[in-house]
Amino acid sequence: MHCQTETIPAPPISRAPGATLVVALAGQPNVGKSTIFNRLTGLDQHVGNWPGKTVAQKTGRCTYQGRKLSLVDLPGAYSLTANSEEERIARDYIIHERPDMVIAVVDAAIPERSLYLLAELIQLPAPVVLVLNMMDVAEQEGLQIEPHVLEAALGIPVVPMCATRQRGLEEMLDTVFRLWDGAFPYNPRRPTILPAHQEVLEQVITLIADHTPAPYPVDWVALKLLEGDEEIHAMMQAALPADRWHTIGGLLHAHEDAVLDIAGARYAWIARMIRAAVVRPKIGQVGLTARLDTVLTHPVGGLLALIGVLGVVFWLTYSVGSPLQGWLDMLLTQLAQNVHGALFSVSPWLADLVADGLIQGVGMVLTFLPILIIFFAVLGFLEDTGYLARAAYVTDRFMHALGLHGKSFIPLLLGFGCNVPAILGARILDSPRARRLTILLAPLVPCTARMAVVTVLTAALFPRTAAWVAWGLVTLNLATLALIGLIFKRAVLKDEQSVFIMELPLYHMPNPRTIGLYVWHNILSFLQKAGVVILIASVVIWMLSYFPAQGDVMQSYLAHIGRALEPLGRLMGLPWPMLIALFTGFVAKENTIATLGVLYGDIGNTLPALLSGPAALGFLIVQMLFIPCVATVAAVQQETRSWRWTLLSLGLMLVLSLGAGIAVYQVGTWLFS
Amino acid sequence: MVALTTLSAGQTGLIHSLQGGHRLISRLASLGFTPGAPVVVTRNYGHGPIIVAVRGTQVALGRGEATHILVYPAEA
Repeated sequence: MHCQTETIPAPPISRAPGATLVVALAGQPNVGKSTIFNRLTGLDQHVGNWPGKTVAQKTGRCTYQGRKLSLVDLPGAYSLTANSEEERIARDYIIHERPDMVIAVVDAAIPERSLYLLAELIQLPAPVVLVLNMMDVAEQEGLQIEPHVLEAALGIPVVPMCATRQRGLEEMLDTVFRLWDGAFPYNPRRPTILPAHQEVLEQVITLIADHTPAPYPVDWVALKLLEGDEEIHAMMQAALPADRWHTIGGLLHAHEDAVLDIAGARYAWIARMIRAAVVRPKIGQVGLTARLDTVLTHPVGGLLALIGVLGVVFWLTYSVGSPLQGWLDMLLTQLAQNVHGALFSVSPWLADLVADGLIQGVGMVLTFLPILIIFFAVLGFLEDTGYLARAAYVTDRFMHALGLHGKSFIPLLLGFGCNVPAILGARILDSPRARRLTILLAPLVPCTARMAVVTVLTAALFPRTAAWVAWGLVTLNLATLALIGLIFKRAVLKDEQSVFIMELPLYHMPNPRTIGLYVWHNILSFLQKAGVVILIASVVIWMLSYFPAQGDVMQSYLAHIGRALEPLGRLMGLPWPMLIALFTGFVAKENTIATLGVLYGDIGNTLPALLSGPAALGFLIVQMLFIPCVATVAAVQQETRSWRWTLLSLGLMLVLSLGAGIAVYQVGTWLFS
Repeated sequence: MVALTTLSAGQTGLIHSLQGGHRLISRLASLGFTPGAPVVVTRNYGHGPIIVAVRGTQVALGRGEATHILVYPAEA
């Protein structure tokens, strides 16, 4: 949607006529900022990443009464202290890029807490417009708010809004332009520091005044120093002469308690501002959120509810996603056949390349779509309603033991369906480290494709005890996941022992538009980034298995590699073609079965005769722990933005699987010989 | 004065102080955990994370984090 597309001649503005006003949307997490952004910009938005970060950067345009507005959606931030990547990005943007104006979005249902960010924003030079979003939720929770009273108290424009019902958006744009035109008096009443720290603040200001790097406001830097902000500390330590920094260090050390006093003073300021403007519900009135939470955060009720929710997710995946996937697969096979037929007379190898290499690669990417769309729709729905935080709370007690966050649970669990959404879903985690650990562990969750391969192979190799063996293999994978989690918790994440501080937002009706755009952007970024990698890898693997012998796998380059790996195979009691079968599974796990079929014919008869018991068991374990499919690897790379981390993940799986295979074969052979 | 985790569900407390590293304190403070602020424990089962209402918001806290918040329990 465009805000309004009428072409009313632009009134005179204070800057260059026709210039685009740059406005940053700031707000705490869960205040409905994205809904406002989406409403204003529609599909006229660009989603990328902040330079060098994994946090999404959304910018967009809209036009109001012929005047242009460029909007930047800042990541959700509770404060402007660099406690998280999001907060660092938000404040760096406001300070370095200097937007013309900042729109501070608060949740009207929790005015006290969500005004905290405003208390910080109002201390920076950019003019601020306050938006009270979710007025409907506030009403539902029994709160009465008078925007005009708040406006008078704050001295800045205040706009009530209900973005999901499209109320207040035009008023907001109108206010933004009126403020910019100077038609609105702007006399912000800023929070002050407690008298106990006033003196030290002034001392710090004097000491740093002539050394503060360019765009930073001196008094703001002084305040952040007193608040103990690590990044500002480092910046000023580098900017100041050593002796001066030493003096400041002494002052700061003597006033270490200032951080709590400053935060306390901001909350006292908020209390003064909203005293007359907000009427709280009568005591005893229980809001919708409290009523729902008596069940949803209950240790038993919450768990049952979660199981129910997950049941629906899996049901959707299998009853809608899988048939669609199968149908797409069929369509592509048909297409491949037709293309092959048409090209064969021109050039046989070209026909094979296009049909078996290219179309299969594209097919790989496409067949993921139904499952990914369902996954993101569900995730977006759960997040938008506010339920996701409850699910994380309920599961945190289990995940905590593994050094993981409660929020890791849902992505990991959905990994049983497919590892790709599990890895993309790790985005919901706030801490970059928790995100990476979840991504590292996700491929250890056996996905449906891996399970399909193992089911077929177990039935062929251990016909009498297949169910038990399969059960044991899944257990082994999960135990490995737990073990790796524990090791990383002890060794790598020592200083950040999965800190669990999470807001439980108020429940509200999900907004289909917000969820739709969430799905759209996530799918688009998967196709753009991972799609290319998957396609290239599929074609390369196909070429290795095709050339130089025109389709005879046993004579291909892949076979050369397999022969070179023969000593490794011997350690596991496996002939080298079995290794080839493992590697072709890199494109798609199911290929392992296809390759074994090509190489050994009826595997139910040939494989048991070929492999000893320990070698067979070892092969199954290797298959379960082996490097994931190329789509998963591409997702890991896309999400971590680090080839080093991707290689670490691959290396870990390779060492784990081959190590386990060798150990099982060697120990087994020794025991039974 | 006791750790927040010792309050049972339904009990109110007034925050006395926060312990722990600078980062933790800073994060908790920005969420509204500052000295003098009233908190109400809504979920506490003696193990696992707890839920506390502070400044109109429900916040889930790991037990480790919650023990760093010292409160005066309100007289029942």
